[in-house]
Amino acid sequence: MHNFEFVKPSTIADAIKALSAEGAQPLSGGQTLLPTMKQRLAAPDVLVSLTGISEMQGVCMGDGGLHIGAATPHAVVARDAARHYPALAALAGGIGDPAVRNRGTIGGSIANNDPAACYPSAVLASGATVVTSQRRIAADDYFQGMFTTALEEGEFVTEVVFPIPERAAYVKFNQPASRFALTGVFVAKFADGVRVAVTGASNNGVFRWTEAEDALSADFSAGAIAGLTVAADDMISDLHGSAAYRANLVKVLTGRAVTAAR
Amino acid sequence: MPKDTGIGASTKRREDIRFLTGKGVYTDDLSLFGQAHAVMVRSTVAHGRIVSIDTSEAAGMPGVLAVFTGEDFKEVGGNPAGWFIKSRNGEPMREPKRPVLAHGKVRHVGDAYACVVAETYAQAKDAAQVLADAAVIEELPAIIDMKAAAADASNRVHDEIPDNICFDWGWIEDNRAAVDAAMKAAPHVVTLELTNNRLVPNAMEPRASIGEYFPGTGDYKLTTTSQNPHLTRLLICAFVMGIPENKLQVVAPDVGGGFGSKIYHYGEEAVVLAAARKLGRPVRWTAERTESFLSDAHGRDHVTKIELGCTKEGDILAIRTETLANVGAYLSNFSTATPTFLHGTLMAGPYKVPHVYVNVKTIFTNTAPVDAYRGAGRPEATYSIERVIDKMCRELNLDPFEVRRRNLLTPDQFPYTTPVGLVYDTGNYQATLDKAIELGDVAGFEARRAESAKRGKLRGMGLSTWIEACGIAPSHLVGVLGSRVGLYDAATVRVNATGTISVMTGAHSHGQGHETVFPQIVAEKLGIPESSVEIVHGDTAKIPFGMGSYGSRSLAVAGSAMDRAIDKIIAKGKKIAAHMLEAAEGDITFADGKFSVAGTDKAKSFGEIAFSAYVPHNYPLETLEPGLEETAFYDPGNFTYPAGAYICEVEVDPDTGKVDVVSFTAADDFGNVMNPMIVEGQVHGGVGQGIGQALCENTSYDENGQLLTGSFMDYAMPRADDVPFYTVDHSCATPCTHNPLGVKGCGEAGAIGSPPAVVNAVIDALHRGGITHVTHIDMPVSPNRVWQAING
Ligand SMILES: Cc1cc2nc3c(=O)[nH]c(=O)nc-3n(C[C@H](O)[C@H](O)[C@H](O)COP(=O)(O)OP(=O)(O)OC[C@H]3O[C@@H](n4cnc5c(N)ncnc54)[C@H](O)[C@@H]3O)c2cc1C
Repeated sequence: MHNFEFVKPSTIADAIKALSAEGAQPLSGGQTLLPTMKQRLAAPDVLVSLTGISEMQGVCMGDGGLHIGAATPHAVVARDAARHYPALAALAGGIGDPAVRNRGTIGGSIANNDPAACYPSAVLASGATVVTSQRRIAADDYFQGMFTTALEEGEFVTEVVFPIPERAAYVKFNQPASRFALTGVFVAKFADGVRVAVTGASNNGVFRWTEAEDALSADFSAGAIAGLTVAADDMISDLHGSAAYRANLVKVLTGRAVTAAR
Repeated sequence: MPKDTGIGASTKRREDIRFLTGKGVYTDDLSLFGQAHAVMVRSTVAHGRIVSIDTSEAAGMPGVLAVFTGEDFKEVGGNPAGWFIKSRNGEPMREPKRPVLAHGKVRHVGDAYACVVAETYAQAKDAAQVLADAAVIEELPAIIDMKAAAADASNRVHDEIPDNICFDWGWIEDNRAAVDAAMKAAPHVVTLELTNNRLVPNAMEPRASIGEYFPGTGDYKLTTTSQNPHLTRLLICAFVMGIPENKLQVVAPDVGGGFGSKIYHYGEEAVVLAAARKLGRPVRWTAERTESFLSDAHGRDHVTKIELGCTKEGDILAIRTETLANVGAYLSNFSTATPTFLHGTLMAGPYKVPHVYVNVKTIFTNTAPVDAYRGAGRPEATYSIERVIDKMCRELNLDPFEVRRRNLLTPDQFPYTTPVGLVYDTGNYQATLDKAIELGDVAGFEARRAESAKRGKLRGMGLSTWIEACGIAPSHLVGVLGSRVGLYDAATVRVNATGTISVMTGAHSHGQGHETVFPQIVAEKLGIPESSVEIVHGDTAKIPFGMGSYGSRSLAVAGSAMDRAIDKIIAKGKKIAAHMLEAAEGDITFADGKFSVAGTDKAKSFGEIAFSAYVPHNYPLETLEPGLEETAFYDPGNFTYPAGAYICEVEVDPDTGKVDVVSFTAADDFGNVMNPMIVEGQVHGGVGQGIGQALCENTSYDENGQLLTGSFMDYAMPRADDVPFYTVDHSCATPCTHNPLGVKGCGEAGAIGSPPAVVNAVIDALHRGGITHVTHIDMPVSPNRVWQAING
């Protein structure tokens, strides 16, 4: 790890100021950024911690659904979102291990947009809104491929607003080593239709499986997708799973998520 | 009634209190006045010629104290192979020099070719990066695949070895023609090609070493993560650095797991000593986890073709194997023994098979060195045999339990000389098989399978009846087989004046529980409390010259040495008692901690005898020496032969290929058991590692020799939820016939016997589920592989 400056603002306004400095980077739970720095793969000059900003902490119901501050750790979401949005709480409770869940945050997760991360599927399947230091971004516009988002230089996520579906479930198939999602599927059924978002599988990062959405909007049952096939062309192929294997998982897990949806 | 103290009691592990409360003292915990920090510079290419290393910029950086490269160690010796093997054609094995730091060429990703020492770790890290950037290394094509390596004479890991073959070994070569003939005549022949996957040991504590040099006396001290400090000292002194052995103290303090990987001497140990000498300051190095992945000796990595000739009824007539064994880029200390005498000699299993022939070619590749890892050679043998028997059962439609029973040696056949050169002293393999069948509720399997099926899961059951040779090892035998060291062990039992005892043992505990079990034996034999006994280990300045811990040898060999030393203590105690009680030595008996004159009520307690030994006011000094301290060296007469039967049940999810181990039953014969709880723990750990190998652990290099599984993000270790609650039994004991404690060793058993039980269960599940085209899946039997096999 190289030397760096550390600042910990207590308001979003101060964080905006701090992040305008040359070589500044936001630090949230540090579960991704700190290991990267230890391996000397990242060397920011200034770390701006977002965890001391109370406006960015916590879970509450409000306009447009469930508001989750970007610096809220997974463990808090797992506990406090359970009443409002059980599928989302369950997803948070299944991330990593207790240490990771007590440090890692939703903002860090969706800013990083790891292709195998869990949260992006919930944000996309819920049609959530990503609120940043500058604007509001619809989930469909926010995720732009592996490790890529709509965030601009100096812009940071402050909260995520989740509309609450009638029924939903997230089914994750663990990568055997990291236990990130080898593939994970979030299915959310709203009054006006079903959204299905898939993480871990595609070379383009989290995506919506629209054929399944159409089929499930007409008939919300596992059988409704039985006739569909998932193309393996854009799927990730690595040690842990071939493209064909991941394509299979997309379908299998979608079916299981539909069955599990509450 | 279970005992609550002494031999056979489940005494709680006294060492766990410090381990579990963070009070252990590991090498990296030591902080020494004036210490400097070393960082190794490691190759990022698998194979390359070192054109130049410009160290000047790194040497001038802030805090940098010294820079070393292979040039600095050019004149010193190499790290030797401990075992000499001859090829089938009589040629000696090829033994390329293993330098302290790579010189001329780098031969695997992670091969250290330079070292930077600085005031702080961060400064050393910075300078190491600068040095790496300044090194010119011309990349050469990487030699990774064993078959290709042996076939290509132009591309060489070591320039002087044309076909990358270390040796081509036949066991037993003289039997080859007879085995071929038996195979030809066999009514049925089963053939199986399989891979025994390469494993990264991943001890919880990474390797670490601290070198010290004391200019006043010219003494060196090495504190290091070692399973055998005396062996490390011998290698450093006699082979690598030429330091007189009496001038080097090697200390292995608390060591956080080894599994074999810390048996060996590594170059970093020589580097920190040389650096300490040069700087006159302590120099420390601790591996980062990435370095552990890249540079610890790995395990397994065999590719084997096994053929089994049999009758249609399942009588095994002949076994023949051809194995390519990867030794990696250099010969690690035991690397030549592991695929040969720890593997080929076990290829008859626990069976009465008349004809066995084993061929092993060891291959150099541009990968990390491969050496002994929990089980070492015996898991590879067991896996090959138990998998091919399973395949035989399927091809001939025979019951795997009945086939085992037909072929297992029977108790009346011991001692039994195998066709591969071992003499099994004792065993009762039917008994452990019956026990496993009972405890594993084989009778109830069908009902469990039906219940699994209701949940969409395919349930299968796999069996493995395994044997191993451990208690390593009779020096006379291993000497004949090529070992360059003796494999006896040693103990000094020191009775202190107040009657407490310090046992200096040559064994080294790095998690096994010696500090608890050895005192149980002493307490039992001397009739004193366990808490009066302390075990001293891991310091060449304190302990007699022993050979350390590996090969399930601690109790069978070092424990036997301790037992002998205790006998000497008792004999000396009798002399003292005879003097004190004014009786003839021959009339003194010792029982329950008391020396008595036979037939009288005259007696002295053990404590009184001990005190008198150190306060010898009226000793007849011509016939009775003061003091009560004895040393014994013990060299076993034979290996020990633990054996057992393992039954594994799995559920396979046919849609995802995920395998869950839902039950595991282990019925083992370890001979006499000193502490059942610790034995059980050893089996749990071993089976856990075996399940890890079978289901998830995979070491994968790409064709350029980059380690794809170089971190825990990609290298899957088994976790608590990957393993079931085990059913473990060791009641079917046949005590070892040739060591005083009658013990056989239990440290490696679980890792040896379990992988084939798991894989057999997976294949069984698929077959019972109607997926009969799958006859084999290589380990690790990961979800991806199972799904591909089902859908392939
Ligand atoms: C052992 C382990 C297991 C894990 N398992 C899982 C898993 O199963 N599923 C899963 O989804 N994740 C998993 N994770 C990831 C973890 O849950 C975190 O979500 C992730 O590390 C990022 O969150 P963080 O708060 O730690 O972000 P940090 O590490 O602090 O930051 C990550 C990146 O995002 C930037 N950033 C942080 N906050 C913001 C913000 N508000 N706005 C803009 N940019 C920001 C940082 O500058 C940095 O580039 C695992 C991590 C570990 C270490």
